[in-house]
Amino acid sequence: MNLSFFDQFSSPCLLGIPLILLATLFPALLLPAPNNRWITNRLTTLQLWCINLITKQLMIPLNKTGHKWAMVLSSLMIFLLLINLLGLLPYTFTPTTQLSMNMALAFPLWLATLLIGLRNQPSTSLGHLLPEGTPTPLIPALILIETTSLLIRPLALGVRLTANLTAGHLLIQLISTATIALLSIMPSVSILTSIILLLLTMLEVAVAMIQAYVFVLLLSLYLQENI
Amino acid sequence: GSLSERCLMDMRLGELPMWLATCDFSPQGLLGGVQKAWSSYYNKYINVKRGGPAGISMLLAGYCLLSYGWNYQHISKISFLVSI
Repeated sequence: MNLSFFDQFSSPCLLGIPLILLATLFPALLLPAPNNRWITNRLTTLQLWCINLITKQLMIPLNKTGHKWAMVLSSLMIFLLLINLLGLLPYTFTPTTQLSMNMALAFPLWLATLLIGLRNQPSTSLGHLLPEGTPTPLIPALILIETTSLLIRPLALGVRLTANLTAGHLLIQLISTATIALLSIMPSVSILTSIILLLLTMLEVAVAMIQAYVFVLLLSLYLQENI
Repeated sequence: GSLSERCLMDMRLGELPMWLATCDFSPQGLLGGVQKAWSSYYNKYINVKRGGPAGISMLLAGYCLLSYGWNYQHISKISFLVSI
């Protein structure tokens, strides 16, 4: 019975057609394309305000060269935000619960920041492997440790997003199953469980937004080191 | 002739087979039909000056129902009578 709880994460297929593409493209429908009007309608104004806020937040620590990444980072942020939030609706499929998709997002972007650093300022980016002021006997060990932590970054980025969302969805499913199962037996405990479910859903909304932000923030930090 | 220019809502029930015959069922035609349907929904409910949550909520509710329909076969197999 426990194994069926993971079935919500299997990639949906209808008559052999993978539906993950539709689930990934659906957020694009919710974003209106800003037209050339000076005063736009409410939805477009809201969207523009949101994107301006996010872009300013992300671009402040970066220097001029880093501002070339503005479109990549802000579009990635909006993409992840919308996909995570849409996954909280009942019966919908969240593409970011698939490790393959998150690794496909994290690995190339991290590799891009690494290669930019190695190409433009190789000695500085290699210098990041040794923090200042380390005692001389510790240097080899510390370089190994720093290299490991550098190489594990894409894995951490991808797995963090996957694990957070998967765990959240799983918890919601478990607690709601418990609520329904307890309804016939002990209604008072069922009400308690439903309060827990409500709090958990609010937490999941927050987690969905925070995880998207953390993903993009870490990428911008890696970019900051290397640009 | 004039059948393909009139939109679906203006059709009478008896004229439906004739309208289907004039329809373009190639991939480009179907894609154009989807695009037309989406833009008419978008311009009627979402792209209005003083829009509210209604347009997008209808879209999201439709998306939930669609996902339910896609998952129905899978969901109906899970038994909810878990023994405690």
